[in-house]
Amino acid sequence: MKLKFVNQPIPKLDGAALTGGKGVYTEDMVPRDCLVVQVLRSPHAFARIKSIRKDAASRVPGISCILTWEDVPQIRYTLAGQSYPEPSPYDRYILERVVRYVGDPVAIVAGRDKDCVAKAMGMIQVKYDLLNPVLDFEQALDHPSVIHPEEDYFHHYDIGGNPSRNLVASGSDAHGDVESALEACDVVVEGTYYTKANAQAMMETFRTYTYLDHNRRLNVVSSTQVPFHCRRTIAHALGLPKGMVRVVKPRIGGGFGAKQTLVSELFPALVTLRTGKPAKIVYTRKESFQASNSRHQMRVHVKVGAMQDGTIKAVDMHALSNAGAYGEHASTTIGLVGHKSIPLYARQADFRFSWDVVYTNTMAAGAFRGYGATQGCFAMESAINELAVKLNMDPAQLRLKNLPQVGETMPAYYNEPLTSCALPQCIRRGMELIGWQEKYPCVKVDDHRVRGIGMAVTMQGSGISAVDTGAVTIKLNDDGYYTLMIGATDMGTGCDTILAQMAAEILDCPMERITVDGVDTDHSPFDTGSYASSTTYVTGTAVVKACTQLKEQIAAEGARRLNIHPERAEFDGDKVYDRTHPETSITLCKLAQSLVAGVGPQWLTATASHCSPTSPPPFMAGFAEVEVDLETGETKVVDYVGVVDCGTVVNKNLARVQAEGGIAQGIGMALLEDINYDPKGQMVNSTFMQYKIPCRTDLPEIRVDFEESYEPNGPFGAKSIGEVVINTPSPAIAHAVYNATGVRVHSLPITAEKILMGRED
Amino acid sequence: MKVKITVNGMLYNKHIPNDMMLLEFLRKYGYVSVKRGCDTSNCGLCTVWVEGKPVLSCSYPAARADGKQITTLEGVKEEAASFGRYMTAQGAEQCGYCSPGFIMAVLAMRRELTDPTEEEISQYLAGNLCRCSGYAGQTRALRAWLKDKPWEKEGQA
Ligand code: FES
Ligand code: FES
Repeated sequence: MKLKFVNQPIPKLDGAALTGGKGVYTEDMVPRDCLVVQVLRSPHAFARIKSIRKDAASRVPGISCILTWEDVPQIRYTLAGQSYPEPSPYDRYILERVVRYVGDPVAIVAGRDKDCVAKAMGMIQVKYDLLNPVLDFEQALDHPSVIHPEEDYFHHYDIGGNPSRNLVASGSDAHGDVESALEACDVVVEGTYYTKANAQAMMETFRTYTYLDHNRRLNVVSSTQVPFHCRRTIAHALGLPKGMVRVVKPRIGGGFGAKQTLVSELFPALVTLRTGKPAKIVYTRKESFQASNSRHQMRVHVKVGAMQDGTIKAVDMHALSNAGAYGEHASTTIGLVGHKSIPLYARQADFRFSWDVVYTNTMAAGAFRGYGATQGCFAMESAINELAVKLNMDPAQLRLKNLPQVGETMPAYYNEPLTSCALPQCIRRGMELIGWQEKYPCVKVDDHRVRGIGMAVTMQGSGISAVDTGAVTIKLNDDGYYTLMIGATDMGTGCDTILAQMAAEILDCPMERITVDGVDTDHSPFDTGSYASSTTYVTGTAVVKACTQLKEQIAAEGARRLNIHPERAEFDGDKVYDRTHPETSITLCKLAQSLVAGVGPQWLTATASHCSPTSPPPFMAGFAEVEVDLETGETKVVDYVGVVDCGTVVNKNLARVQAEGGIAQGIGMALLEDINYDPKGQMVNSTFMQYKIPCRTDLPEIRVDFEESYEPNGPFGAKSIGEVVINTPSPAIAHAVYNATGVRVHSLPITAEKILMGRED
Repeated sequence: MKVKITVNGMLYNKHIPNDMMLLEFLRKYGYVSVKRGCDTSNCGLCTVWVEGKPVLSCSYPAARADGKQITTLEGVKEEAASFGRYMTAQGAEQCGYCSPGFIMAVLAMRRELTDPTEEEISQYLAGNLCRCSGYAGQTRALRAWLKDKPWEKEGQA
């Protein structure tokens, strides 16, 4: 079948509005006379509030309310935007008497403008009893300070946690007997790898406004990736029936997972409920860094064993993860560390993967693109690169020898079958593009500069198997155009566009005839949200189903109008006609008009849901070329090639930019980004000055190519692209640095200092 | 204090707080293309022109704009849309939040530099952060635009 819209580089539907600076984001739409809400935050990493005096502050002219722990519902909840019942523990109150990290909310202040709010914030007197904070995640387990001793701590099911030991979650997964398998191996490599907490740093910080509508329902307009989870959690945390909450998502200025956790929603919501007035909160950049969520910091220990010919026979991995003060996404991110890295090498291997996630008194971690797979990829791929050296094998060949094959079951990937994979082609294409033959392992530039190249491969998933669900409604309107209603959230990723492409393909009509509705929990069909790389694959399939149904309905209604047997009716996008007498036809316009009003109307809409039992992995091979100054350790990525198998590429431009952006973030993680705390638990880099994300001059011109496989379970053969693209830079750059200098850096970020120190050893 | 600020040709005769920044002033009067991405003058999202030169409106006191001509994206709509089409042709606007500031910097660069080298371009635009795109799409859009020179055909300044 020749595709007209899918697989084409179609511009984004909202492109002109976005580049035209239109007021389409949350803050641009705030109603006038909205109360300004700000949060007074804890300056201590771990403390109990002795007393709060707010009487003087309340008298500041313009202040409408100041709420402290005594004024808010005491209902435990999690902020994680996950399907109910969430695997994350219910370990939060909106405001609590105990504060568990620097930045934990202490009071909510609302007033007429930011000046009066700032003045009142300065006048609230809080006395704390300081507790001994747990700041080092390697010391957290069984630490004398217990971060969550509360009696109403709750989880829906056992995730192996034990809060009295500061343990959020733990577990293990094994296949075969890894100990004996390791013993039987010719060669074993072993290493401990550290990855840091990184900030998602989307350009639009967290923000929300709220108001009561004419039915006194709470309306929440928020920059969120998970409107439906938001609705549920807001209702639960505020003790409201779900029907009393409506969540609307405008355009979003980036999310990368940060907005898969509720961050800013509850504060203005509570103010609106208490005052009856509209309220807004806009996080400062500093607040966004210090009081939201980040990537989980991890320590991953890996042991890999192989036979002399390169066959990998054993993989043993243990991961320790720092949840920070609250357990959002704790048990799920850690799972991906092993489940998205080991399957690439477990074809003939016994394996074991075990994990612990601990609480500390640092900002809670959450979801960040890659979601654990990124951390696992750094450890696993680094170990594979070391193994290649020990085996004296080319690292690309070592991978090609061990990769899983289409048709096989992957024991390390929830026993799912591998239904599509072009990773070997990705590797070969990437080697060509980077110039592997000529440049591996390194080339001297002059007496103190060397260029090295390195590689890594990775996989992700396409949605969470048997959990992520997308529903889609498509309506035929009176003059023959369609409204596509989705609950998936476009956060810049272009999902509105690619889902419309799929609809246009099935309905055989120009893109202009399809309008896509933004998410509004009152109108949109249910969707778990945009995360876990689920939208193209899961919601996309729902689009295909709904549009196919609608197409059949149109043909059937056309047949009725034409008085022919439905079997003979054919719909070509513009008209329904009689296959045997094509001149007998009715245009879609006419048909649509007759369907909405007049005699025997039958307004056509179709709704379909989709939930996939499997999560077919997209793959990527990443290749880095770095130049290292041996005297200073200064390292620059001079070339980066990423070759991606995301199945059928639905929109090459959008997929390419996603890949380039993901790689750029990965390079930031590899070389620059590192959230740090001082000895008292205060985050020290909470501005773009101190927490550097890559700017134009830090990056090479990233090169991306696609090797398309065809995923039989995906819409038009598509899988996912959103997350897989962030994983390879850290291990590939570490490998390139090793090839240039002989120094193995096991802890991110890879800094000049670490390279120089390694050279001295 | 009292100021007279001209925004995109429209004069605003207003009382403002002494510490108001130009960014807040502009957003207050509906110029929503002007975005804030940081509190430390590091992101470039708030880029507008004062007397035709790009400035960071987040750290430019509105008081200093007294008597001056300010241009926001709304004031160079056509030209911005023309460059915007090069962006959307690449999919280089992802979330789009950085786009207005970036576009204001690009249009200023075009006026300031003749036939800039790649190096000069990336230095000129280094202060405009984008977290989504990895910049490569922006660079492709720029190259195509600089090559086509649509402003000559469209008779723009
Ligand atoms: S808002 Fe970041 S530089 Fe102005
Ligand atoms: S497109 Fe999102 S920050 Fe640039």
